[in-house]
Amino acid sequence: MRTRPNYLAGAAALVWLVIIGVPLYALVNTAVQPQTKYTDKGPVSIPSTVTWDNFHTVVDSGFLHYIWNTVVVAVATVAIVLALAVPISYAVVRGRGWITKGVFRLFLLGLAIPSQAVIIPLFLIVNDLGLYDTLWGIILPTAAFALPVSVLVLSGGMRDISNELYEAMALDGAGPARTLVTLVIPMSRSAIATASVFAALQAWNGFLFPLIMAQSEDTKLVTLGLYNFVSEYGANVPALLAAVLMSAVPILVVYLFARRALVAGLMGAGGK
Amino acid sequence: MSKHRARDRAAPPTLERPGVAWAVPGLLFFLVFAIVPMAGVLYLSFTHWDGLSSPQFTGLENWSRFFGDSQVRQSTLVTGVLLVGNIAVQAPISILLGVWAAGHQRNRAVLSAIFFLPLLLSTAATAIMWRQLLDPNFGLPSKVDWLFGGSNPFGSKAGSIACLVLVTSWQFVPFHSLLYQGAARSIPHTLYQAAAIDGAGRVRQFVHITLPQLRNTMITSTTFMVIGGLTAFDIVLLLTNGGPGTDTSILPFSMYQTAFRTYDYGYASAIASFLLLLATVASVLLTKLSGYDKMTSTMEGL
Repeated sequence: MRTRPNYLAGAAALVWLVIIGVPLYALVNTAVQPQTKYTDKGPVSIPSTVTWDNFHTVVDSGFLHYIWNTVVVAVATVAIVLALAVPISYAVVRGRGWITKGVFRLFLLGLAIPSQAVIIPLFLIVNDLGLYDTLWGIILPTAAFALPVSVLVLSGGMRDISNELYEAMALDGAGPARTLVTLVIPMSRSAIATASVFAALQAWNGFLFPLIMAQSEDTKLVTLGLYNFVSEYGANVPALLAAVLMSAVPILVVYLFARRALVAGLMGAGGK
Repeated sequence: MSKHRARDRAAPPTLERPGVAWAVPGLLFFLVFAIVPMAGVLYLSFTHWDGLSSPQFTGLENWSRFFGDSQVRQSTLVTGVLLVGNIAVQAPISILLGVWAAGHQRNRAVLSAIFFLPLLLSTAATAIMWRQLLDPNFGLPSKVDWLFGGSNPFGSKAGSIACLVLVTSWQFVPFHSLLYQGAARSIPHTLYQAAAIDGAGRVRQFVHITLPQLRNTMITSTTFMVIGGLTAFDIVLLLTNGGPGTDTSILPFSMYQTAFRTYDYGYASAIASFLLLLATVASVLLTKLSGYDKMTSTMEGL
C-alpha cells in the first residue's frame, strides 16, 4: 500500500535539521578560525582561513591526558557494571522467592537516586577508602549509579529467553553457572550491548563525580578539563570550542565503528 | 508449577535455579555506594557540620531553617518550572521526530544520522558551546540582530530559563527521539493497514494507533527527563552559573553551593534529602503507572 508523502512532517524535519546543524556548523567553524577573525565575524561566518592552531593550543595544555583518563574510566565502569549486573539480573529473572523480588525492587527504586543528593556521604566514603583523587574514586561511584539501569535492561533481555531452553540445559545436567555462561549470556547479547552503551555514556558524560572526587591534573577527566578551560581560555573562544570538539572524539570513534550497536542499544531501551 | 511436577518426576534432572548469592556482590556494591549514602545524608541533615570537625547533632535546626528559607522556595519553584518546561518542549518534538524517523525511506535515514550528532557531545561540552554561541558580545546575538534584538539572553530570569530549556532540549531530544524511533518501528504494521481500510487518515492513525502504542516509551522517556531534571547541575553551572543573581539556582545547584562552596554540609544535606524525597515520589508514581514493578515483559529493554 503506497502512502502519499507527508510534506508537513518533512518540512518540520528540515526545521529541526537547521536547529541541529547551525550550532554544530558554528562549533566546527569557530574551532578552525583564528581568534581575530572570530571576534570580527562571529560564529556563523563563511570559512575563509582554516587554522589548526587552536587544536595545538588544546593539545599543548595536556588535554589528551584528560581524554585518556576518560577512556580508562569508561572502560573500567563498563567492566564493573557488567560483572555485577549480569549475575544480579540472572538471579532476579531466574531466582525464586521474595528476596530476589526485593532485590529487583531495590534497583528499581535505585533508578531514582539522584547522585547529587548523596554526594556528601559518598565523598566521605571515597575519602575513607583512601580513593580520593584517584581514578577509582570516580570509577566506583559511576559504576554504582549505572547499576540500576543496567539491571533493568539486562533483566528485560533475559526475561525473553524461553523456559524450554533452560529445561534443555537442565537435561544436559548444567548447573546455574554453566547455564549462565552457555545460554543466558549469548542469548542476551543485545541487552548487554545496551547496558554497556548506557554505562559508557554515563562515564563519559559524568561531571559531578570527577568534580568532587578528584582535584589534581593527573586524575582530571575531559568534562572537568573543559570546565577549567572556561576560566583559563575564556577569552579565546576558538581554542575553547576546539577543546569542545576534541572532547567528542572518543565517542565519535565509537559512533563510527559501532554506530549500529550504539543506535540499536539506545533504541532498545525505549520499551514497547 | 503443578503442571510441571509430573514431568519433573519422570525426568530426574531438576531445573537448578540461581540463588540469591548471585546477586550479593552487586548488592553489596550498590549498598555501599548508593544506599548507605542515602541514610548518611538523612543523618547529616540533623547535624551541623563544616566538613573538618565531627558533625554536631542539632536536631531539627536545619529543617526549620529549610522550611523558612525563601531561596529554597525559589529553587524548588525554578526546578519545577524547568522540569515542566523541558518535558513540554522535548516530549512532543521527540515523539514526532521519532515516529517520522521510524519510516524506512532513505532520506529519513540520512537526516536522522545527523539528528543524533548532539549525542556525541557531553552535557559539559554542549553547555560550553551554547554559552559561547549565545554570548551577547561575540556570539549569535551580536550578529543575528533580528532574532535576539541585541539583548543578552542571559540577562533576565526568563531568558536564562529559556536558554536552559533550549540547550537541554537540543542535547536530549535526539536521545528521546531515538527511544521513540525504536518503539514506533515495533508497532505491528497490520494495525495501520486495518485502519487504512477503515478509511482512517494519517492524523487519526497517529492519534488512535501510534500514540497509544507508545505509552510505555512515554513513561520511560518521562522518567529519564524527570531524573535528568532533578540532577541538572552541570548544565546550570556551565550555562548560567545560577544567575542572573540566584534566579536559576535550582535545588541540586544550591545544594552543591551550600556544601562545597560555603562548607555548610549539614544544611546542604537537608536540601539533598528533599531532592531525594522528590525523586523517590516521582519514581514510585512512574513505576506504578508503567507497571515495571510487576516484573512483566512489558519492561523489555527498560
